Amino acid sequence: MQTIYLTIVLAPLIACLIAGLFGKAVGRVGAQSVTILGVAISCALSFYVLYQQVFEGAPTFNGTVYTWLVSDGLQLSVGFLIDHLSAMMMAVVSFVSLMVHIYTIGYMADDDGYQRFFSYISLFTFSMLMLVMANNFLQLFFGWEAVGVVSYLLIGFWYKKPTAIFASLKAFLVNRVGDFGFVLGIAAVLRYTGSLDYVTVFGHASQIAAAQIHITSTVSWSAITFTCICLFIGAMAKSAQVPLHIWLPDSMEGPTPISALIHAATMVTAGIFMVARMSPLFELSETALSFVLVIGSTTAFFMGLIGIVSNDIKRVIAYSTLSQLGYMTVALGVSAYGAGIFHLMTHAFFKALLFLAAGSVIIAMHHEQDMRKMGGLRKHMPITYWTCLIGCLALIGFPGTSGFFSKDSLIEAVGASHRAGHAYAYICVVAGVFVTGLYTFRMFIMTFLGKERMDHHTQEHLHESPWVVTVPLILLAIPSAIIGWFTVGPMLFGKFFEGSIFVAPANNVLEHVGEEFHGSASFVLSAFLALPVWLAGLGVLTAYVFFLWRPEWADAAQARFKWLYTILIDKFGFDWVNEHIIMAGARLLGGGLWRVGDQLVIDDGMVNGSARTVGWLGSVMRYAQSGYLYHYAFAMILGLAALLLWLIWR
Amino acid sequence: MISLTYVLALSGILFAIAVAGVFLNRKNIIVLLMCIELMLLAVNFNFVAFSRFRGDIAGQIFVFFILTVAAAEAAIGLAILVVLFRERSSIEVEDLDTLQG
Repeated sequence: MQTIYLTIVLAPLIACLIAGLFGKAVGRVGAQSVTILGVAISCALSFYVLYQQVFEGAPTFNGTVYTWLVSDGLQLSVGFLIDHLSAMMMAVVSFVSLMVHIYTIGYMADDDGYQRFFSYISLFTFSMLMLVMANNFLQLFFGWEAVGVVSYLLIGFWYKKPTAIFASLKAFLVNRVGDFGFVLGIAAVLRYTGSLDYVTVFGHASQIAAAQIHITSTVSWSAITFTCICLFIGAMAKSAQVPLHIWLPDSMEGPTPISALIHAATMVTAGIFMVARMSPLFELSETALSFVLVIGSTTAFFMGLIGIVSNDIKRVIAYSTLSQLGYMTVALGVSAYGAGIFHLMTHAFFKALLFLAAGSVIIAMHHEQDMRKMGGLRKHMPITYWTCLIGCLALIGFPGTSGFFSKDSLIEAVGASHRAGHAYAYICVVAGVFVTGLYTFRMFIMTFLGKERMDHHTQEHLHESPWVVTVPLILLAIPSAIIGWFTVGPMLFGKFFEGSIFVAPANNVLEHVGEEFHGSASFVLSAFLALPVWLAGLGVLTAYVFFLWRPEWADAAQARFKWLYTILIDKFGFDWVNEHIIMAGARLLGGGLWRVGDQLVIDDGMVNGSARTVGWLGSVMRYAQSGYLYHYAFAMILGLAALLLWLIWR
Repeated sequence: MISLTYVLALSGILFAIAVAGVFLNRKNIIVLLMCIELMLLAVNFNFVAFSRFRGDIAGQIFVFFILTVAAAEAAIGLAILVVLFRERSSIEVEDLDTLQG
């Protein structure tokens, strides 16, 4: 089995190296073939591993492949931990990645950086697989940083575009803030357990729980809370939670396949995955979980609101990604890790689908992303229209679609929880359902229905995208529509995650929700008696009224609630605070350190200063050197006399 | 019989005169050389005095050595002086300040 795991990881890496280093030699077709082949091998083997794990009941694999170094009992190694959780993640990552690889052939067809792009996305697949398959914190951190680097490279893929450069730097820097917390968390784990290996660390979790961090003699923190919050700060940056979410909307500057692969389906879920993986630690700290819960619910509701006013088709989907990541985080916060991971999986499919559909629209519109210049695309692009509709229905949680099962059970889990902050979280996630329905169908209506608002030239050239674009759409639409139906029972309420995710019996809200679960069909029917589905419907209806039936009402509402509109357009001022306070402050601090520390102290004071002091001393001393013999003789006599006196009187 | 103290005092006075000569003389470098000779003679005087009062002849032998060395030194010194005068047309001490920093 170890050979299979190694192949899964190495196939995309080798493909990446071939496409990246020998891009000119292998050409465009060579680069696309080799990378797609590499990812296809990974994907096929991942599904084989998933099959082995789930249906054949293969035991959990935990083994070291390569030991990097051993120092004072600390072992740093590369190893794999394959259980249901990582097997599922591998399958999702490699499948979405494969779809995006195929799609890229169509989307990037006219781009000069074709081979480079394929090389990057293969490198990304490798990094993400390393991250999810890791059996120790070091490898997790390696994958964590590697996906960050690839994300940086891909957001700035069009490196001649100033906004893309800015966005890539922003993503990189915000992620550094999160990594700071993450590294502190890993260091705390190492400090209290003396190991980086998952199994060892989880076995010693009670040691961390027993420890206290003494700030002063009277003030002390619980070590487990500190560790978990530090780890979660890492997840906040990677999974774009408030207030470290600001990089994600800007990352839409990158090519669309990347938005689908990295900024919706896989990389941003790394934080969710990490917290679920660390569940044995998080379960020991109520405070940390409450923190997770509040952050997640804030993100889920307030970021969705911004999606309502955005006019860029990709940014609407980006804000919906933020909101959905918030939902997953809420699930983690109420100890319903299974629900979070389940939503992660369904979201990966339908969000990748939505992004690729948006990309298909963008191709047809000649790289125009403003929804105000679209409309009526339904008859020009039927396949994109239908697949996008499926994606939208899954996103709002239409009964029966995959998104419905994950989101609805997630909301019920929040309702069943009694963790501090659960009331706030419940309000946020339920209100978020309405917001989701509203912004999703606003986007859908403005793009595909209504009047055709594009210019004449574009209108003449409208046509459905080539098959390399539509096939991935169809292949992603299938799981978006149906996968929830088949997997909700075993994954959420069965024993799928037993052994990979630990939930303390007192916190097990999913078990509570599961008592009322009697098969997918009854789950769908019972949903019609609950609030969320009707709220989603109301959201869709609102979107229909305001953007299709009576568009002038939207303008009137915008004028009437000018203050609210301004707040949302300003994205709650996060960017303003960052630019004017944090960035300006950092610049001020940097400028101050440069002028005072560097120029004044080091340059003028220490380097030039010591030279100047020596020069001054010399200029004083030279007066003692008169050049006259009798002065030297006099000095000698004086010295002799002083020496004699000292000899006599000592 | 004159005591050792008188002889040593004379020697000290001679040495002090020589030192004063070195400091006070601003004009002639030949005087400087003569002062140095005088210092050596003052030291010789000490040697002879101690040799006489301790009854040890070795001290007087040293005096001969010192006189010889002093004569050689004076010869070399005067030779350098001649070259110096040819070079700079002056033997005034005040002019010799090329060592100045």
